[in-house]
Amino acid sequence: MKRLRIMGLVMGLALAAAFCAAQANAEELTGTLKKIKETGVINIGYRDSSIPFSYLDDNQKPIGFAIDICLKIVDAVKKELKLDKLTVEFNPVTSSTRIPLLANGTIDLECGSTTNNPDRLKQVAFTNTHFLTATRFVSKKSSKLNSIEDLKGKSVASTSGTTNIKQLTEANAARNLGINIIPAKEHAESFLMVETDRAVAAVLDDILLASFAAGSKDPGAYVISTDAFSKPEPYGIMLRKDDPAFKKVADQATAALYQSAEGQKLYDKWFMQKIPPKGLNLNVPIGAELKKAFAKPTDSPDPDSYKAM
Amino acid sequence: MNYHWNWRVFWEPAPNGTGNYLDMLLSGLVLTIETAICAWIIALVTGAVVGVLRTLPSKTASGFGFAYVEFFRNMPLLVQLFLWFFVLPELVPHSWGLWLKQLPNAPFYTAAIGIGLFMSARVAEQTRSGIGALPRGQKLAATALGLTTAQTYRYVLLPMAFRIILPPLTSEFLSTIKNTSVAITIGLVELTAEARAMQEFSFQVFEAFTAATVLYLMVNIVVVIAMRFVERGVAIPGYITGK
Repeated sequence: MKRLRIMGLVMGLALAAAFCAAQANAEELTGTLKKIKETGVINIGYRDSSIPFSYLDDNQKPIGFAIDICLKIVDAVKKELKLDKLTVEFNPVTSSTRIPLLANGTIDLECGSTTNNPDRLKQVAFTNTHFLTATRFVSKKSSKLNSIEDLKGKSVASTSGTTNIKQLTEANAARNLGINIIPAKEHAESFLMVETDRAVAAVLDDILLASFAAGSKDPGAYVISTDAFSKPEPYGIMLRKDDPAFKKVADQATAALYQSAEGQKLYDKWFMQKIPPKGLNLNVPIGAELKKAFAKPTDSPDPDSYKAM
Repeated sequence: MNYHWNWRVFWEPAPNGTGNYLDMLLSGLVLTIETAICAWIIALVTGAVVGVLRTLPSKTASGFGFAYVEFFRNMPLLVQLFLWFFVLPELVPHSWGLWLKQLPNAPFYTAAIGIGLFMSARVAEQTRSGIGALPRGQKLAATALGLTTAQTYRYVLLPMAFRIILPPLTSEFLSTIKNTSVAITIGLVELTAEARAMQEFSFQVFEAFTAATVLYLMVNIVVVIAMRFVERGVAIPGYITGK
């Protein structure tokens, strides 16, 4: 890693020298593209446990569906800037650090499972939606919970500070369910609450629930509800706000990927086949809504705009 | 830096429906203070007892005190809370475990007791050093007067020892307040958890954590000032610590 950084630095200096010579030529570049051209480095922020979007494999290398998409964006940036070589650096981020690190330029792209919504658009920008997820709950089959109504008066876990817990709180108040909500610090802990019977159910994004259930000791013991707390919400790759040139490159690259056959292939690779490190198969077929979002790529934060006809 | 500052975010309504973001942070602050006070009471009482045990002539008592202190202060607080919350209910019989898990406010009780016991090991060490700092003649004089061991501690040693260790105890209390933030790991929605939730909802991360920092600072300054008054109030001229 250190050597990589030094290499990046040396290369950055060399490129900066070259850049000074050809300044007139590159004058129209601004923002992130300019920075990448000057340094010859693009920084990608990854999450360490957002399976299968962005996580570490057994060699501690970041992999995942969102990482693959980001690497396509990197290719497009390289082509756009006509660079011979573009170094990719990976930086770990968490839900608390992703905004400051993006804002101060430590990372240029955040590749994970970040929900695109209007509040967040005041602070950052998102490229085309790469996944849709709804808030559902997972429970043990043995507790026979089929609908949201069945959770009445029970203890239910969710991760604090997420849109999931917000929707659970709202449903609890609106439908007068009297659910005892247990906030957990991390997604894995929300699931642990169900595993250890501290809660009868955990409310999270359905795709995360699928990955936790698949990775548990006894995958057959868990069931994910069909009842949802929300409409499907879009996940997007996060970029800095007010950087239209960089966003255009990212949008074009992702749109081209989703519309080609490769988009579906990439989806199947992460959601329908065994994935490293433990050879899990999430077995989540592509939904009609996401299929539509792939055919007509969009960066809309509005869940209603993703309705399948 | 490409960051959209918005200090007015605190007056915007929070999505959990209990008022604005400032209310959210303040409700976290209240829980932080409640947890800290409960933990501190546990730490003071248990710590004083264990600290005294370590200075007793009895080998069993001082051995127990030694084991207690080393057990609680040599394990990270985060690990301890995790053990209390997730592992303990699995070790006891199933029905007890289920009862423990279904307790309302379990994170609060676990945090108060867990942090209290962790800090008690440190208070015990302070108490022991406070007693150790007294001249040996004090104890000998008490014995010569015919006081029992209990009376010696109650009337001679402890009143002075506690006055000596008041300033370090202030630091321990401040640590207790700050350590409550670790309880976020077992789902206690205290100040740090609310700040995290606020940045997750609004994406105004710097504003959220600045507010949390200022609130922690204010609480700790109040404690420092209050403890100065206590120190001045209990000081006795002529004692080691008196002016």
